[in-house]
Amino acid sequence: MDGEVILLDAYASMFGMRLRIALAEKGVKYEYREENLPKKSPFLFQMNPIHKKVPVLIHNGKPICESLIALQYIDEVWHDKNPLLPSDPYKRAQARLWADFVDQKVHILGRKIWSAKGEEQEAAKKEFIEALKVLEGELGEKPYFGGEEFGYVDVALIPFYSWFHAYETCGNFKIGTQCPKFVAWAKRCMQRESVSKSLADPEKVYDFVLILKKHFGVE
Amino acid sequence: MEEAGGVKLFGFWVSPFAQRVKWALKLKGIQYEYIEEDKYNKSPLLLKLNPVYGKVPVLVHNGKPISESIIILEYIDEVWKQAPLLPQDPYERAQAHFWAKFAEEKVRQSVVEAMCSSGDEKQKAVKLAVEAFEEFEKELKRRGTKFFGGETIGFVDIVAGCISYQLPVHEEVGSLKILDSSKFPAISEWTRNFLNHPLINEGLPQKDQMFAYYSKRSKEIAYQKMSHKTSIVIREFTDVSCGISLFLPQHPYERANSRFWVRFAAEKVTCLHDVFDDY
Repeated sequence: MDGEVILLDAYASMFGMRLRIALAEKGVKYEYREENLPKKSPFLFQMNPIHKKVPVLIHNGKPICESLIALQYIDEVWHDKNPLLPSDPYKRAQARLWADFVDQKVHILGRKIWSAKGEEQEAAKKEFIEALKVLEGELGEKPYFGGEEFGYVDVALIPFYSWFHAYETCGNFKIGTQCPKFVAWAKRCMQRESVSKSLADPEKVYDFVLILKKHFGVE
Repeated sequence: MEEAGGVKLFGFWVSPFAQRVKWALKLKGIQYEYIEEDKYNKSPLLLKLNPVYGKVPVLVHNGKPISESIIILEYIDEVWKQAPLLPQDPYERAQAHFWAKFAEEKVRQSVVEAMCSSGDEKQKAVKLAVEAFEEFEKELKRRGTKFFGGETIGFVDIVAGCISYQLPVHEEVGSLKILDSSKFPAISEWTRNFLNHPLINEGLPQKDQMFAYYSKRSKEIAYQKMSHKTSIVIREFTDVSCGISLFLPQHPYERANSRFWVRFAAEKVTCLHDVFDDY
């Protein structure tokens, strides 16, 4: 019925969390396989030879790489249950735009917060908060980015909430006090079982960041 | 040409992103009004239509704006069903999205990086560009069709298509040679087939005008990168020449550590997008 579904992932990967949430929302049974990052397995190289990154969704032996691409794939294949993208083309375009904003801004700036120092880090912290405020503006008074229903942008964004503790510790700043609306939205999402079961523990994320810093020779 | 309910395209003459949208509209036979924006003097209207990024292209359909070229292409394909750009099968669609993203991020951007950089950085960028071309060549050969989309032009062809007419200009401006036809026969043939299509070739910017534009643009980008690094070097120089350490620690090991950090931030962490996400 669903076919064979394997998710090649890493516990702390915010991109992997997106797919865990989507598969849970759709009630899809799958096999979870953990990559021991930063070491990468031959299987990962085989499934994603070009980028060599997780997550990789493998459906009936065929790999789909890049989390937002796999997210859309999941939504199309299991379209009957809990659709994530709206049906109206204009609203779909807006959802894709905001998911792309998460990748361009939240992810890139977040990475600079834990890996940079001095001026670079300060600039990244400031721009990160600005990006969250832009997202707060887009959310407005809606319960979710998807409107009344939890949707594509919510799935794309909520995993980064599990990285806030790592960003705050590395950056020596507080995010929640500056973006209370964002935190309120995040807590609302966390009430969904698909989210609470899929998001990594923030302490474990921070431990992972320390491993990454050591691996890349970053203090 | 089909009269579609109010379609406007805000573009910039040399923008490869706007060109993608023009191609999609033409291939589907959609009539549209084109509005030229000046990249160096953007209109208040453009900034209102695209408040997040303030860039072209922006497609306005029935008064509603859509931005980001790849997202616009998906929108066009969903609204106008004729001459479909994406395949029907979900797995094939996912593959098309993957290769479109690859064409934009790994192929096009690496060529621009190679064009704008010098010395060691340029060598590294050329190496990355060639590797990206090798993957693209492999995939084209594997498919064995005239275009990525099959026998007709599709989504990946349109996204990758700017390479067909801009690569020779980038190579000339940057004194590069990436597309060696003996090394990349499939890409070379794909380029010829793509540019042979009358709707694709129609209205492309003039080569000499593109050369003049990218010569200037690549100097701008190089300068931006240099000022970013210069500000770091100036601080170090100031330190050393003033004989007191305002910015760097005293202990030699800590100084070396600091220098490592600065270079890491400058070289590894600065996202290419900051510099190259413009046309």
